[in-house]
Amino acid sequence: MNEPPAPDEPAVTSARPKTPEGGVRRENAAGDDLLPAAETNTSAARPEEPTSDGRVDGRALGSGRGLPAGRVEKPVGEGVRHEGDPVGVKGRHEKARSLTGGGGRHESTRGAAGMFAGTGRLVRLALRRDRVQLPVWLLALTGVVAASASSIQGLYQTEQERLAYAMSNAGSAVSRVFNGAVADPSVGSITATETYGFTAVLVALMSIMAVVRHTRQNEETGRAELVGAAVVGRYAMLTAALVVAVLANAVLALLMAGTLVAIGLPAAGSAGFGLALGGAGIAFAGVAAVTAQLSESARGANGLAGAVLGLAFLVRGIGDMLGEPTPDGTSVTSLWPSWLSPVGWGQQLHPYAGGRWWVLALYPVFFAALVWTAYRLTDHRDVGTGMMPVRRGPAVAPRTLLSPLGLAWRLQRGVLLGWSVGVAIMAVTMGALGREAEELLATSDELKEYFAQIGGGGADMVDAYFAAFMGIFGIVIAGYTVQALLRIRAEETGPLEAVLATAVSRPRWMLSHITCAMLGTVALLLLLGLGTALSHGMASGDFSQTLELLGAALAQAPAALVLAGLVVLTLGALPRWAVALSWTALVACLLISQLGPLLELPQPVMNVSPFSHVPYLPVADPAATPLVALLAVAAALTGLGIGAFRRRDLAL
Amino acid sequence: MLTAGQCGPGFAPHGREAADDEDPAMSDAIAVTDLTKTFGDVRALDRLNLTVRTGEVHGFLGPNGAGKSTTIRVLLGLLRKDSGHAVVLGGDPWKDAVALHRRLAYVPGDVNLWPNLSGGEAIDLFGALRGGLDERRREELIERFKLDPTRKCRTYSKGNRQKVALIAAFASDVELYLLDEPTSGLDPLMDAVFRDCIHQAKREGKTVLLSSHILSEVEALADRISIIRDGRTVESGTLAQLRHLTRTSISVETARPITGLDALPGVHDLHLDGTRARFQVDSEHMDTVHRHLAELGVRALTSTPPTLEELFMRHYDAPPRPKPRPAETGDPR
Repeated sequence: MNEPPAPDEPAVTSARPKTPEGGVRRENAAGDDLLPAAETNTSAARPEEPTSDGRVDGRALGSGRGLPAGRVEKPVGEGVRHEGDPVGVKGRHEKARSLTGGGGRHESTRGAAGMFAGTGRLVRLALRRDRVQLPVWLLALTGVVAASASSIQGLYQTEQERLAYAMSNAGSAVSRVFNGAVADPSVGSITATETYGFTAVLVALMSIMAVVRHTRQNEETGRAELVGAAVVGRYAMLTAALVVAVLANAVLALLMAGTLVAIGLPAAGSAGFGLALGGAGIAFAGVAAVTAQLSESARGANGLAGAVLGLAFLVRGIGDMLGEPTPDGTSVTSLWPSWLSPVGWGQQLHPYAGGRWWVLALYPVFFAALVWTAYRLTDHRDVGTGMMPVRRGPAVAPRTLLSPLGLAWRLQRGVLLGWSVGVAIMAVTMGALGREAEELLATSDELKEYFAQIGGGGADMVDAYFAAFMGIFGIVIAGYTVQALLRIRAEETGPLEAVLATAVSRPRWMLSHITCAMLGTVALLLLLGLGTALSHGMASGDFSQTLELLGAALAQAPAALVLAGLVVLTLGALPRWAVALSWTALVACLLISQLGPLLELPQPVMNVSPFSHVPYLPVADPAATPLVALLAVAAALTGLGIGAFRRRDLAL
Repeated sequence: MLTAGQCGPGFAPHGREAADDEDPAMSDAIAVTDLTKTFGDVRALDRLNLTVRTGEVHGFLGPNGAGKSTTIRVLLGLLRKDSGHAVVLGGDPWKDAVALHRRLAYVPGDVNLWPNLSGGEAIDLFGALRGGLDERRREELIERFKLDPTRKCRTYSKGNRQKVALIAAFASDVELYLLDEPTSGLDPLMDAVFRDCIHQAKREGKTVLLSSHILSEVEALADRISIIRDGRTVESGTLAQLRHLTRTSISVETARPITGLDALPGVHDLHLDGTRARFQVDSEHMDTVHRHLAELGVRALTSTPPTLEELFMRHYDAPPRPKPRPAETGDPR
């Protein structure tokens, strides 16, 4: 604990009965032992009130800790001074021992099993808490891979198409950075190349969040303290979280392998692919087990593990990018950095091209090493604390914070920054690939057709490629809009009560968050257009399309704002449903615009998505009317939402 | 402590009859009559009455779930009343919310702060949104409450989060404080600082509505008290008037064998064992009993004032007593 306990945590409590809430405080677990003991006494005997000079009769108060029967001076505001035996100091030492090394020694007399006592129950509790979340993750991941795998089978039917894919992968450094190097020109290997990297990242995220949810988040919320007070060993919570993560990844491996075999891919390769995905998940469960010990907050633990994941993806990207092409030009041998990354291992496994099966052994070894480290770290820290220092903030607020808009910006800027980095990377990649679009699309007639359909059906493949991607990324960026606006709901269940009790009106407060979210959306679209245009210009040496591409990106803004308006309306009218409804609306837009043209959905259904009304720039001619209409709808929805919010009870 | 002198004959109960529409007295900081609020099929407030006079510290008592927080949230315009009247500082808490909020400060029972802001930033923010705070007073309160303003709010315990809200409230120059169980996470030393703040606010002529379920706290601070249960006002008046209905538990050891206690008026549940005795006594007869015990030579004496729980027990479990209550109940029948 950073705070010296002595002045804040007196050994003597008042004669007054403590409230139930006062009894359990997070600080007590870490450092101070005196308050709970003294409280027991106050409830046992309720002595007279303190006299006017603040003196309290110590007899009834300190007895539980062996406090001498004499009087304890308690001058108001001057801290607590003990007379006689310094019980406070001694008691604190005892407690410190029992919380760190001492507890282990104590339990070891009953055998190491005591450290894991209660693990089974905690596993059941965790599975119960995750009974919706984990199945959704597993099914969604399997579904995405199954959909990609079957579409790849359709796209690369002939030997020639597969060979063309392999050559273009071997020839394109950018494609290798993102997908890895293809092992050979088989459908299985193409499927693995196209799906493994991104799926492994998602599986890793699932595992990281599961482990942190059942370890550090429990500690942060104080639940761990409640659980730890029961017959539960010190390793039980971490062990339970890891058991759940391993179970989830085992199920995932089975589901993946089974689904891919059902689609028609070779059984051995599919088993290897599934195991490699589960392996990546387990590896990052191990990473999260360590970061959950290091950081004091769940956010920090997730962020740290996420950073390791990002690094792992990047390292293998570098290795694959700098790899050496084989003499026939259909595959690439990755450089050593690819072997440093758990994500890279799955790609180097080459499950559908013979298979280097020994690679699968890397996962359990990696996992075991991290888990061992995590257990060692739990031995050396107290419940609720971390290993990293907590950063401090300013004692006085900067002027820029002191308004509803300043507060909203402060709360939103982190999310926007994260999205900016992601969008910039996407945009630059997309632009760099533009020149190769013709070549890439030429590898498959079906792919060409698909792009022509979702890209507005122009003759110029490069333009169709850009139009298609602007459409997709417009909706992806609307994901930021939804996320940023839903902060309004998070605030409502948190500090909003206290904010609206100040001289801030509801519309002003809500508009400040809406302003941040909407301007952030436009900024991200601007970044998308600019990044794409500049990187395309540099790759092709021709900057003539800069303004066109910028316009194509910004044309998505009115549609994103309509979605924003819808989110505001749900926040105003149906606050408890806002989160579910908003994300559903976003997914519906994505499905309609991506699958609609392929499934030849009827126009009225297509029209439900605001993104269907955005002109296919740069293929089509820019048209102002639909954009103005979309803006009007967005403004109307937003107004309705604010009005509804103004008239209702706070849904705390 | 209150004395009987503070509730002279001038005391007029502010029940439904007294505070009807015709006279929402200018001297009342808060005037609530027949306030009703339902959530679905749960009736959180059921024709609740509450009158807080300007310049007084008013204790707002009730068990968990009685409707204290709901009442305060209606008074803040965070919730909309179903029926009844509510006037805060002469204005409508729903329509005039922003204007009223410049003149009052609120400390929620469960203080939620932004995890990534420092405590100092949160204090300044609340102050600024309320219309500015007294810098000197802010520093003084941070010092007295022993708050580290550079720590991020996510690292604060419940008590420290309450300190942030209390400092922001007391550093603001307002007329009315609405405090919803503000000390439930504070340790006794900080509790004492809090009491000083209330005393100072009172000296400056400010009004305080102090919601609590700790009778001793309200006892030490409040001029008048309203007790609610299940969304209704069940008692309202000065503490002396309410105490009247309750008993104090006494455990005593004397030099000479105890005799004659059972003959004294107001003594109940007597357990006698030579020179030791345990019993309860009606508060109004305390003096007689003390004098009687003093004659026997008191060696040790523990006196436990009635807790809120006992007050409720007595009010609800005891069969209806024929004697008239000194304080007007808020029961609207």
